[in-house]
Amino acid sequence: MNGAQILIECLKREGVRVIFGYPGGQVLPLFDKLYDADVNFILVRHEQGAAHAADGYARATGKPGVCIATSGPGATNLVTGIATAFMDSIPMIAITGQVKTFLIGNDAFQEADVTGITRPITKHNFLVKDVKDLARIVREAFHIASSGRPGPVLIDIPSDVQLQETEFIWPEEVEIRSYKPTYFGHPGQIKKAAKLISAAKKPIIYAGGGIIISGAHHELKALAEKINAPVTWTLMGIGGFPGGHKLSLGMLGMHGTAYANHAIMESDLIIAVGARFDDRVTGRLDAFAPYAKVIHIDIDPSSISKNVKVDVPVVGDAKNILGQLIEEIKTTQDISEWLKTVEEWKKKYPLRYGDKGIIKPQYVIEQIYEATSGEAIITTEVGQNQMWAAQWYKYNQPRTFISSGGLGTMGFGLPAAMGAKMGCPDKVVFDIAGDGSIQMNIQELATCVCNKINVKVAILNNGYLGMVRQWQELFYKRRYSHTCLYNPDFVKLADSFGAVGILITKKEDVRPAIEKALSIDNVVVMDFRVDPEENVFPMVPAGEAINRIIGGLA
Amino acid sequence: MKHTISVLVENKFGVLARVAGLFSARGYNIASLAVSETLDPQISYMTIVVQAEDEKILEQIEKQLNKLIDVISVTDFTKREHVERELVLAKVNYSAKQKTQLEKLLNKFLAKVVQRKEDTAIIEAVGEQEQIRQLLEGLAKFGVKELVRTGKLAISA
Repeated sequence: MNGAQILIECLKREGVRVIFGYPGGQVLPLFDKLYDADVNFILVRHEQGAAHAADGYARATGKPGVCIATSGPGATNLVTGIATAFMDSIPMIAITGQVKTFLIGNDAFQEADVTGITRPITKHNFLVKDVKDLARIVREAFHIASSGRPGPVLIDIPSDVQLQETEFIWPEEVEIRSYKPTYFGHPGQIKKAAKLISAAKKPIIYAGGGIIISGAHHELKALAEKINAPVTWTLMGIGGFPGGHKLSLGMLGMHGTAYANHAIMESDLIIAVGARFDDRVTGRLDAFAPYAKVIHIDIDPSSISKNVKVDVPVVGDAKNILGQLIEEIKTTQDISEWLKTVEEWKKKYPLRYGDKGIIKPQYVIEQIYEATSGEAIITTEVGQNQMWAAQWYKYNQPRTFISSGGLGTMGFGLPAAMGAKMGCPDKVVFDIAGDGSIQMNIQELATCVCNKINVKVAILNNGYLGMVRQWQELFYKRRYSHTCLYNPDFVKLADSFGAVGILITKKEDVRPAIEKALSIDNVVVMDFRVDPEENVFPMVPAGEAINRIIGGLA
Repeated sequence: MKHTISVLVENKFGVLARVAGLFSARGYNIASLAVSETLDPQISYMTIVVQAEDEKILEQIEKQLNKLIDVISVTDFTKREHVERELVLAKVNYSAKQKTQLEKLLNKFLAKVVQRKEDTAIIEAVGEQEQIRQLLEGLAKFGVKELVRTGKLAISA
């Protein structure tokens, strides 16, 4: 078999059914073999779309997403998508063509040092110099990408290696002596954690994306109910705990609920699970949760004590450790006073918005929630649309909220929706977008239409780069420097792509438009003309303590 | 404060770039770095002297290094019995009449002249950092024209 055939055979054995990609000079041998391969290849319109689609596929299914691009510009176009996946610990395999081995380093046509460029934004990467190594490398790449703290792995394959012939040997076992993730918590640490929990009077659970990745949502619910602790979560943790649960506090941090922020600040014990105390969560670090002891459960030791001092670190897989912990906890304190206080905060500071008769973006999201019975997969772009989608749709299942958290990549939502829909064809998939970010990868409408990937795009069109405008309004004296957009006619644009466009300018048309979109067997773009100067509240200004909340409290 | 750590890594191309990249990306400073093959040619040994203001940074450096797939193990020598040495080569001004004076200095530090030309001598010295520092201080009188150092090597005792 030649290198290209070996690669395809390996992908097949790894269970890959869908590949997103784009051809080019240095992957011609591979594409020649893909022509006959039993795999669903989705031709995107820009390599960035392929990377985000593979990412969305991985987030929706839990399986590694795969994308392919050619050398040089093809590979560099993947970079934003790889970095996005890296920041959010998403398992992904990026395969790039490279110039022939003897040309490497020669500044050959479409050559770029792709392993060099992607070194800091991949969990690991490989340059395949000999076809004999290829099968082992692919096997290792999938193992590395999907184990431990997952992440993207890139395999750079020179075109002559794709053509080299060798005997195909499938390595049954993967053995990397320098890579052995810890999956079970140290029993001594679990005991210490249980002891802290038993003594706590004001406990709070702070859940992150690790819950979703390890599939620990049942264990999380069981722990919360066992110790009766309120649960807050990060953007990445959305869906890890039922949004409608009585112990649910919603998201915390910069745009978290006021009650989640007050609760964590007043708590005497934080049980952090698969979260990393990101600056958007903690606000001013030296003022963060001054009375709290911290238990930190994470599979990545480097996440522990990176930002916040931890009293009891437990390294391992969240699902295993929560299971171990539930067994270990024998008694808890009476915390009814604490729960009462939390309840009062909830009553006093509910999420709210003013209704002025024009379309409020929050209202659109509430209507999408109702129309889909809360069962859709929601992807988002980045900015106000993302925060509103996090606040106003209630997520009860993991892997139903798909958003670029760490990197904050505009243009993520549409291709990610495409990937999610490929992974979960029976689910309704909505991309909640802004008029700014949708234009960053709007070319993928063509991919969706061609392949009948019927995602629904809801543009919250306020004519601004809304989140930047909001900061300019609040912190830069309303000097709206380059944040006002002149937009295309999204209905005509959708139409030209072969999708269906719907313009919605009145509040009473919002729900019917969503219903209509759901009934149309095609890609639908909804252009909601929303209140142009609506802000995302509550908000904690950057660098402030997270109980210094502005807006949305009246 | 400076800390000496050793890192065992897979002897693969690009591994030095991974380690160096980690330091630069996270804003850690490398004071010196020495790399070579071990008895097992598939494994390389790095001695890295890092500048870390507090324990927390050092802890992060160790954890981040361990996270690299090609890193097999990391050892912090700060709290461990170990032996450390550095090799320096110094080209100094030299004239025949300074011979005894120079030899006296070199003998004190077990250093030697490895090459001599008309008006310069190349001196080789091996020692702990403090010895090297003192030797260089002594050599300054002769005028050091050029100086190269390996950076620290460390081995656990």
